[in-house]
Amino acid sequence: MTEFDPKIVGFLCNWCSYAGADLAGVSRIQYPPNIRIVRVMCSGRVDPAFILEAFKSGADGVLVAGCHLPADCHYISGNFKAYRRVTLLKKLLQQFGIEPERLRLEWVSASEGDRFATIIKDMVKEIKKLGPNPLRAGGKTSG
Amino acid sequence: MADGKIGAVLVVGGGVAGVQAALDIADSGFKVYLIDRAPSIGGVMAQLDKTFPTNDCSMCILAPKLVEAGRQPNITLITNAEVTELSGKAGNFEVRIRKQSRYINEEKCNGCGLCAQKCPVEAVDAYNRGLNDRSAIYIEYPQAVPLKYMIDREKCIGCGICQEICRAEAVEYEQEDTETTLKIGSIILAPGFTSFDPRLKTEYGYGRFQNVVTSIEFERILNASGPYGGLILRPSEGEIPRKIAFIQCVGSRDAQLGNNYCSAACCMYSIKEAIIAKEHVPIELECTIFYMDIRAYGKEFDAYYNRAMEEHGVRFVRSRVADVGEDPLTSNLFVHYVEDGEPKTEEFGMVVLSVGMRPPENVEKLAEVLGIGLNRYEFCQTDTFSPIETSKPGIFVCGAFAAPKDIPESVAQASGAAAKAIAVIASERGKLITVKEYPPERDVSREEPRIGVFICHCGINIGGIVNVPEVVEHAKKLPDVVYAEENLYTCSQDTQVRIREKIRELNLNRVIVGACTPRTHEPLFRETLREQGLNTYLFEMANIRDQCSWVHMHEPERATEKAKDLVRSVVAKARLLEPLKKPVTSVIPVGLVIGGGVSGMTTALELARQGFEVHLVERAKELGGHLRHIYYLLGSENPQEMLRSIIEDVSENERIHVHLNTAIVDVKGYVGNFTTIIRSGGNEKQIEHGIIVVATGATEYEPTEYLYGIDSRVLTQRELEERLAKGQFNAKTVVMIQCVGSRNEERPNCSRICCSQAIKNALKIKELSPETEVYVLYKDIRTYGFKEDYYREAADKGVLFIRYDDEHKPRVTRENGKLMVLAWAPILKTWVPVEPDILALSVPAVPNANNEHLARMLKVPLTKDGFFLEAHMKLRPLDFATDGIFLCGLAHWPKPIEESISQACGAATRAATILSKKTLEVEGIVAHVDEDLCVGCGLCITLCPYSAIEKDETGIARVQEVLCKGCGTCGASCPKRAITMQQFTDAQIVAQGLAVLRGVVHG
Repeated sequence: MTEFDPKIVGFLCNWCSYAGADLAGVSRIQYPPNIRIVRVMCSGRVDPAFILEAFKSGADGVLVAGCHLPADCHYISGNFKAYRRVTLLKKLLQQFGIEPERLRLEWVSASEGDRFATIIKDMVKEIKKLGPNPLRAGGKTSG
Repeated sequence: MADGKIGAVLVVGGGVAGVQAALDIADSGFKVYLIDRAPSIGGVMAQLDKTFPTNDCSMCILAPKLVEAGRQPNITLITNAEVTELSGKAGNFEVRIRKQSRYINEEKCNGCGLCAQKCPVEAVDAYNRGLNDRSAIYIEYPQAVPLKYMIDREKCIGCGICQEICRAEAVEYEQEDTETTLKIGSIILAPGFTSFDPRLKTEYGYGRFQNVVTSIEFERILNASGPYGGLILRPSEGEIPRKIAFIQCVGSRDAQLGNNYCSAACCMYSIKEAIIAKEHVPIELECTIFYMDIRAYGKEFDAYYNRAMEEHGVRFVRSRVADVGEDPLTSNLFVHYVEDGEPKTEEFGMVVLSVGMRPPENVEKLAEVLGIGLNRYEFCQTDTFSPIETSKPGIFVCGAFAAPKDIPESVAQASGAAAKAIAVIASERGKLITVKEYPPERDVSREEPRIGVFICHCGINIGGIVNVPEVVEHAKKLPDVVYAEENLYTCSQDTQVRIREKIRELNLNRVIVGACTPRTHEPLFRETLREQGLNTYLFEMANIRDQCSWVHMHEPERATEKAKDLVRSVVAKARLLEPLKKPVTSVIPVGLVIGGGVSGMTTALELARQGFEVHLVERAKELGGHLRHIYYLLGSENPQEMLRSIIEDVSENERIHVHLNTAIVDVKGYVGNFTTIIRSGGNEKQIEHGIIVVATGATEYEPTEYLYGIDSRVLTQRELEERLAKGQFNAKTVVMIQCVGSRNEERPNCSRICCSQAIKNALKIKELSPETEVYVLYKDIRTYGFKEDYYREAADKGVLFIRYDDEHKPRVTRENGKLMVLAWAPILKTWVPVEPDILALSVPAVPNANNEHLARMLKVPLTKDGFFLEAHMKLRPLDFATDGIFLCGLAHWPKPIEESISQACGAATRAATILSKKTLEVEGIVAHVDEDLCVGCGLCITLCPYSAIEKDETGIARVQEVLCKGCGTCGASCPKRAITMQQFTDAQIVAQGLAVLRGVVHG
């Protein structure tokens, strides 16, 4: 059996975190290729429903990343909104049988390429420990 | 051309000030040439890690402005260049520019960076202040604008590797320097500053001891993309230091060196560096700042200073450090200083020298070529009432070259300089700018998606790791993809032609590029679509370089799989893309300025000079505001004469409508289209206008301290000034107490102007009555910038300055009719009695009582202190977050006349960028409410940070598209899913997110 290779979906804000991920590239900082990034304008755009959709479809982890609290947000306060929503959703995830550790909210600035790479490395390691998304246990059949 | 004027401006210097001025001018309908001596724009701010007092990441907030300057079609960037000759006069100059060769063809270089990867030469990285190496072919920093490489010919060994490897064939070893002549109407100087060379302060050991660094080097050390990747390490051996000392005023406030002035920003940046350092180092790090006075005089700076002490435990020692020694074994440093009269020595792991600002390099030559005057420190010569004008008509100045200053002041002054530069050539608006013509947009609404995919090799940046042909084959099989191909460089000019051909030939209606990042390249491809008649929003990018090939260099197969996933996910999104219209609104070319003090009048005049009608509303019965009570200045100008002349200019200007004794009753509408009701006496009047400038000033605090109002000998500084001016002054002894009603628990911040005001009055007393004794009791003397000269002059003339702290505040009593002040003498450690004839209290400017009311009407925020709060403390100091509303002067924060005038000119420029347009086109990525689904719960209205959503007559939410910035937080929260965040719709995001998971569950 091949080693479990987690798939992570990342919702990254355009101004800080997506730029931070770009900087990791520009600086050639290596991290495991497990994340697929979806760009949104603001972390405040991330509807908890998107996260649930991703888990439902088998994502082993979801990363929401935005501008640092308190004042970096390009849209004044979207990061606070993301913070509230993700915090609440983490509490609910347990009810759906998904470990809350699979969902992470991180603040990454445009100059923190290294931090972005470290987060991904760490997340991959943690999710490997957790194993595959319980919702897709045995679900590999529908393909 | 009317009277031979030219509608173009030359901006010298591409730091944050120059960039701001260039953007404002281009946005107002004029051509701009922005030149910089460096290979890229960005200046010093691009080297900073964070910015005070919000600790924003410097690059995060600067880079978008740089990119905008690089893309603005009416800004021409000329890098590696300087002015060599100037002729002509204001309105019609001719300037000669010499451009140093890059040895790279700027047209061809696409910034892929392969050359720098392969270059075998190691050269000193000046951007990181020599703390690490770079290659001989280089860019200054990763986000450089323009993103064009340059060869350092002094280091280049001519091996030819870069030329061989560059697929764009951009390397030209034989390229020569070039000269060009430009015709322009006015000039803005924003050449910035150079840091003081601390080698000149030999006693601090810089250059001899490795662990003594400058503040700007430390800024690079703190930065995640700096020499040590954001770790704080000692240059000597790479260990983490436990104790860091910051030494203030290195090269500033130093009469021995001839630099008597204060560099204005160092106290704050050192506090910031100390805070950030403590955040970086997880183990206990001690930071100590050695200072003379902490000059935290800006907006909410004292609160930041207090937090540094109380929350972060930064230690402050009031002492001028004598010298620094080194322990050769440990490379630790010994700091020798005197505290409370006792010599002390303390050991530190690192010493950071807070180096001051010096005039820019080659300033004499620049001044000579342009014919402008310099002051005694070789900064640009300016006056209080003309802080932006150089000595030569048509040439203006902003930023640190005018006087040492921080970023927001530079930005505000840059906008101010733009107003002045535009006023010279206002008649030429719109004449030299290029307006591109596009073919009519094709209606694709009834077409099935037909997607074309273009995958970039980026030389070997992508293709060397990701199997590009395999990705292309994968793309071909995806639904609705009718065409896919690979390109060596998808961004190159010939590929743009190819993309257009394919759109035409195959009737494509969606285009996808798999290449680098949309943050830099999306606008280029959108432009290509538009040139071919496709709506620009029918485009998506898959980032398979920065977020794939570059970060998975050792796993080509998995990188290829990821690239396929990424392309598949944007195809899934692209199938759902819809053409978007950019909302357009008309603009009423009329301004409303609230407040008739020097700021409001200046803004009104500048707008009128640009040709706009202005309504100037003042609630008092006459114009002038605080300036009515100012009789003399630190300099030689006569403020009352200046006031009379400004009022005359305002009254005589037929475009300015002055409304005295008038209040604002109601404000409705949005940017471009406001309707305001004003009331004077019993009469109400309605004004239609496009913008609002808030210049409502502030109020002098009325003290309750120190027997004010009880004993007639106790005055405020303003009352003392009036007596001095009117010949009513007669006193043998005068005591002044600083910070009465400020820097206390109720008002923690500094009022910025009172120290200079006290010194101004003290000097006047010494002038009128040299034998009068003057005592100034202070916490810190905050005579920043060139005002420091007057502090020194006052001390030289015998004014006694005695410091007090919160534990030893002065005590004032009255016994048997005698006024008695007890002042704590820190060195003698005893209370010293003084019997003054006059006790002058330095009181702060406090917010107007009706600020709250006005703020509610305008839907703009206030600070905790009650002053108006701008959109961004650093880079948008004159804008509110709500479009079309601006601020300046004391309404923003206490400040001296010259800064109010700079801001007022700047506010006029910001307003003119709107008023100069017939219509405003805003970003098409806006939210949309489905009226059938909305139940009018109002959640989105609460959440919207821009007040862009309101309820219509039927109680349903409606988005005012011109105000919407497209963040999408409303869409994320609507319980009825009635809000569509266009271009990032729920369906599009979910489709994109799920497409990458294919093969996990749904295969």
